[in-house]
Amino acid sequence: MLADVLREAEMRWPGNLYNRVDARSGEIECAPEAVSEICGWLFSEREYIFACLIAEERSPDWELRYVWYGAGDDGVIHVVARQPVAEQTFASLIGRVHAVDWSEREAEDLFGLVFQGHPRLGDFVLHDDRWNREVTPMRKQVDANAPLVRLLPEREWRPLLVLNAPGGFAMPIGPVYSGVTESALFLLETQGEDVIRCVPRLFYKYRALEKLAEGRTAAYALLLAERCNGTSAFAHSLAFCQAAEKIGGVNVPSRARALRILLAELERFRHHTAAIREICESTGLAVGASEAAILEEELLRLSCQYTGHRYLFGLNTIGGLTRDFEIGPCLQTLEMAQSILRRLERLEQRLRRTNTFVDRIEEVGSVSPQDAREFGLVGPIARASGVARDLRKMQPYSGYENFSFNVPQEQAGDGYARLRVLFAEARQAVGLIEQAVSALPLGPIRAETAHLAPGAALGWVEAPRGAAFHWLRLADDLTVERYHLATPSFLNWNGFHLATENFSFQDFPIILATFGLSMAENDR
Amino acid sequence: MSRWVLSGLKTGIKTTHYPAQQEIHAGVSPGLPVTGSAEGRTAEICPTAALTSSEGRIEVNYRRCIHCFRCVRSAESAPLDWQQGYEWAARAADRPALETGAFGRSLNVLVVDAGDCGACLSEIAQLTNPYYNIHRLGFFITPTPRNADVLLVVGPATDQMRAALKKAYDAMPEPRRVVAAGVCALSGGIFGPSLVSGAGAADVVPVDVEVPGCPPPPLAILHGLLVAVERKPSAFLSSPSAPANPVEAAP
Ligand code: SF4
Repeated sequence: MLADVLREAEMRWPGNLYNRVDARSGEIECAPEAVSEICGWLFSEREYIFACLIAEERSPDWELRYVWYGAGDDGVIHVVARQPVAEQTFASLIGRVHAVDWSEREAEDLFGLVFQGHPRLGDFVLHDDRWNREVTPMRKQVDANAPLVRLLPEREWRPLLVLNAPGGFAMPIGPVYSGVTESALFLLETQGEDVIRCVPRLFYKYRALEKLAEGRTAAYALLLAERCNGTSAFAHSLAFCQAAEKIGGVNVPSRARALRILLAELERFRHHTAAIREICESTGLAVGASEAAILEEELLRLSCQYTGHRYLFGLNTIGGLTRDFEIGPCLQTLEMAQSILRRLERLEQRLRRTNTFVDRIEEVGSVSPQDAREFGLVGPIARASGVARDLRKMQPYSGYENFSFNVPQEQAGDGYARLRVLFAEARQAVGLIEQAVSALPLGPIRAETAHLAPGAALGWVEAPRGAAFHWLRLADDLTVERYHLATPSFLNWNGFHLATENFSFQDFPIILATFGLSMAENDR
Repeated sequence: MSRWVLSGLKTGIKTTHYPAQQEIHAGVSPGLPVTGSAEGRTAEICPTAALTSSEGRIEVNYRRCIHCFRCVRSAESAPLDWQQGYEWAARAADRPALETGAFGRSLNVLVVDAGDCGACLSEIAQLTNPYYNIHRLGFFITPTPRNADVLLVVGPATDQMRAALKKAYDAMPEPRRVVAAGVCALSGGIFGPSLVSGAGAADVVPVDVEVPGCPPPPLAILHGLLVAVERKPSAFLSSPSAPANPVEAAP
């Protein structure tokens, strides 16, 4: 229970502010020195899950906000610390919680903060061959439109070889590396036959989305939220809208809430079908891949016929949806989705019986439940490693609490387990579409008044790849003061190394595919 | 294995007949807004300044339209006309034409992601699915620049991808063509130009063919490839005559 947790924390660390914001959320305001202990306690003793770290430059102070969540009554807890802007050093949580690793590095790169105790590795969001370390794009004084001062000529970048063994070398793959792939670089450290570990170098696609939102209207920032990741655009636009709706106290009509679930699940179904196609491709199973590709294209066409856009762009708006759907198309969409699911299930059956395929993905890229928890993994990857976390269940939104579904879970944590979770969730998505269509409330699809107000709120969704959190702060003139999005790809890349220890080279594409992460969603 | 052969055969032929015939299946394209009378409409509704009004008309700049649908679904402005179709690709005016037969019968395409959101790449990935199967036209996706004829770029050209993009282009043999797909690659879209992005692929490499859309559907990208090798005529990216060869929506 949230109330108990806050009470106990208050007893242990008196003198801080403990606020119940509402039934499901609380805030602990404490001195910077106390953050690490309190967060460590929330994580290891009360089993809260790390959501995100939000850094804000709110003159005259820095505001650092570590967000945690649990299931149901445990709610969401923000641990907030402030200190003067001139003072840039905070204590790192890394010694207590591995899951914050990347979040702190990101805040370090973008704001110039220093996290004491964090092994300062550099070359993260901002690549060292491009920019001086002094560059801090998210600081308020930096202009979003003027190009950052680049290093000229570019410094030569050399991978840091961590492996210290005779004959060891690092093989770089990327950033442009094969067929149709997002840009990223992978350093495979090898000592001959096997790869000992893999270090991803990401953020080639860093578009500074959060910076671009600042000073714009919320309606404009919504376009950015939607395009942070085109293949889960609906999920992210929904999280953003929910944050804005919370700030404004906007009541979204029940019809819009149900339709949002329908559309979010249609997106999940398409996303998982695409992920299954990629896994088939990675093993070289051409017929399986092209069968999944047929279903994927049919789902794209279905989405377009139903909503006007193949990737569900332009549907969410603050207060509801931009368009209504008549019952006929809803029923047709359901019927089509069910028939596509039947074919997907036949594909699943055949895949299960194809030993040459199963052998390639079984016991490949395994992540143990304990590691998944330690490193804060989310989404299908966590669920395939026996960690059943799903925001639709843990902190339901948009009315998911009224739907009946379970959270598919597997224990093995390998590539095959992740594939099985994808199939199970695709099935469940269609079940949710069915429930939404069969009980669609009547009424408007948009709140009559969707007035915004100054303030801040956190919106979240279980996106196809896992938990996504969007933090929005609106200034007095209602423009965006700070927008931060924590995405499942970002959370999960932080644990990618767990799946890439001592593997054989030809398994690399398979591990990548069964992780199914997006660079756009990570790099932002 | 025979199970797979059998199921492969059972799926039957689904491939589009485009470019020999127009594809009319519903859902292959989201369509685009079209230029029309300004009556009851306001260009300000567009968040990306893709609309301009002059002399009683509202004109659409396809290098900027991001398919947000605000000009057709907003209460503040009468809806713009919306047109289906997908033959949207246009040849950049300042680029030389190819000699006929420059590329022979098959064409290798190198795809470079210069910071897209994932939707453009996803649509490119569809090109090899059985519905579009570009192999039948002699188009192949290649992983290396050394044997690439066409560079297909998506994304606004983020700063951290500039070097890799330039390097890929420089490594390609002549003759070579560059196709930029998606509004981000054409103008920077909503991401650029900015502190960390350029204003599209043309900031780094010379662009021959531009394919608008957010994202452009697979057939629009295919049209772009066909325009690049002069197998299809170019469309126009700004009013009044855009886009060319509109196809009616399936009923
Ligand atoms: S759909 Fe295109 S033209 Fe219409 S408002 Fe959106 S960006 Fe502007």
